[in-house]
Amino acid sequence: MPLIHIKDVVKTYDMGAELVHALSGVSLDIEENEYVAIMGPSGSGKSTLMNVIGCLDTPTSGLYQFEGQNVGDLDDNELAEIRNRKIGFVFQTFNLLPRSTALHNVELPLIYAGMSSHRRRERAEEALTAVGLGDRMTHKPNELSGGQRQRVAVARALANNPSIILADEPTGNLDSKTGVEIMQLFSDLHTQGNTIILVTHEEDIAAHAHRVLRLFDGKIASDEKVESPLKYAQSV
Amino acid sequence: MLSLHDYSEGVKIALTAIRANKMRSVLTTLGIVIGVVVVTLMATVIEGLGTALDKSISSLGTDVYYLSKWDWFGGEWWKARNRKDVTVEEAEELRERFQLAEAVVPVVSTWQRTFKYKNRSVKGNVNGTVPEYEITSGVVPEEGRFFNHYESNAGRPVCIIGHDVAENLFEREDPIGKTIKISGYSYRVIGVFEKEGDFLGTGMFSKDTQAFIPMENFLKIFGTNRSIDIHVKMHEGLDKEDAKAEMIGTFRKIRGVPPGEENDFGVNTQDFLKQVFDSVVSTIGVVGFLITSLSLLVGGVGIMNIMFVSVKERTKEIGTRKALGARRSSILFQFLIEAATICVMGGLLGLAISWPLSLIIDEVLPSQMPLWVVGLSLSISIAVGLISGIVPAFTAAKMNPVDALRYE
Ligand SMILES: Nc1ncnc2c1ncn2[C@@H]1O[C@H](COP(=O)(O)OP(=O)(O)OP(=O)(O)O)[C@@H](O)[C@H]1O
Ligand SMILES: [Mg+2]
Repeated sequence: MPLIHIKDVVKTYDMGAELVHALSGVSLDIEENEYVAIMGPSGSGKSTLMNVIGCLDTPTSGLYQFEGQNVGDLDDNELAEIRNRKIGFVFQTFNLLPRSTALHNVELPLIYAGMSSHRRRERAEEALTAVGLGDRMTHKPNELSGGQRQRVAVARALANNPSIILADEPTGNLDSKTGVEIMQLFSDLHTQGNTIILVTHEEDIAAHAHRVLRLFDGKIASDEKVESPLKYAQSV
Repeated sequence: MLSLHDYSEGVKIALTAIRANKMRSVLTTLGIVIGVVVVTLMATVIEGLGTALDKSISSLGTDVYYLSKWDWFGGEWWKARNRKDVTVEEAEELRERFQLAEAVVPVVSTWQRTFKYKNRSVKGNVNGTVPEYEITSGVVPEEGRFFNHYESNAGRPVCIIGHDVAENLFEREDPIGKTIKISGYSYRVIGVFEKEGDFLGTGMFSKDTQAFIPMENFLKIFGTNRSIDIHVKMHEGLDKEDAKAEMIGTFRKIRGVPPGEENDFGVNTQDFLKQVFDSVVSTIGVVGFLITSLSLLVGGVGIMNIMFVSVKERTKEIGTRKALGARRSSILFQFLIEAATICVMGGLLGLAISWPLSLIIDEVLPSQMPLWVVGLSLSISIAVGLISGIVPAFTAAKMNPVDALRYE
């Protein structure tokens, strides 16, 4: 059983005058511990696909099974629970709470998981240390560099030990050197057994992945294994 | 289900948000602040009036009748004007002929006399009476003593003064044994009454601004041409109506009122104070209730507005929280708590303002802000917060996570 099973998924936005087909019949399986890069021109439906996979959005039609479970059958609270426990999001714009410390930002998913304050503090500290921010825990986002902010976001995505990390252009707002640092984190996570799906525009970012999926006009144009994925050490 | 974590997280978020928008939050609570100030001050005033009423009632004494040329409450003053004056002699005759009374006490008053000590002076009423006044009034001086029969019969120039008179003339000095001037005549202070408070300007029933001197002395100094009051206190355990009828009958005979004609005097009791009190309290209550409701309504609308703004501003945050696993209920709760917290702060601000004001009221009308009104104010604040926060919070809770995340 694949971790993610998507069959003939369509996502249509009704804009009144016209229908926008963001996804028009996507089928795809992703196994555990895969490292997938999704590429494609702007407007090709990459973010829409990520949102469907992340249970943030529901397809107009088609089947989506997560860990064998039919996502269309789940109610709002069950979807929230999946997002909380199974999925870690990393956004292009970081989406950190500006007035909260790094530590509190990382604690957020743990709060919604109902973890005791003592344990979640421990977990959050662990996650921040893992992304190399052990000495920046009490800093607020505006006291951190862009790369550090994105690392806080990665720590937040990791905090609840999700089965899958979804990153929509995680390096889009970073310079190439900091981007590489973030990619190093993802490679490490992948080595440790995480499943990673990331959207990117840049070929050399996608080169870190083990599988590259190309979207065009809401359809999968190509789906290729990468023979020898780039190790972060090589790209520096 | 909501967990404790939701709760503490909610409060934390609320405080962070409020701290980030201090001025806005304070202005928003203005309606709540005014509402709470009005409610608490209203309760304080009513409480103070109640205390003053109790004091006045007890200073007038229960089971005490006040026979007078005038009717205190109701009655027809233009008729009363033509009545014969009530005299000291009539009081003396009533005391001899009416056996059901424990005490029959003549009291004669003159208003707006000047009390002087050293270079300080105040104005107030002077009353001439007899030692049994202690029985009909049910009050003994807080310091010193009332005058005795010897001083009374001899018309000694001694006086017992009310609390305000003592305070104004003597400040920190001990008044007892000092000599003051009343309308230029010297009197030795032998007693001071405790503070009673003024019930609605019915100052004539509060001893605070008055002085009491022996009747004999009063008549000598201030003349005999005034109609007096007669305070009649009945013995315990009598049938009240019978005793009253007997008293009226006796006094009619003394005054020579022919049978079948109506009394040519007023028979007053303290009951009227209660009626005045009730009507005043209900007026204050209605006005206070209207002002409070109005300001709470305005406050509630303000809170609702600011919560809509807050929800809008934090759309992206809501999206993020949902992406991280926040349920609708968590988001709903977060914004409800925020609204309630703003309102509670408004409530506390209101209390912080009304507390010193209540101390000022206390100076004029001895009173204390009742504790229940503090609890009530905070409960009302929370309720306003929850009610006006519910719609914005619901808007936030039902946001679609993707749309919220896309919001710029
Ligand atoms: N909420 C929406 N309402 C209407 N149209 C939408 C909405 N979301 C996405 N679309 C449309 O769906 C299509 C796919 O959008 P999507 O965001 O998935 O593209 P993308 O591949 O992520 O592009 P980019 O690389 O620019 O991020 C676009 O044409 C977009 O205009
Ligand atoms: Mg996109």
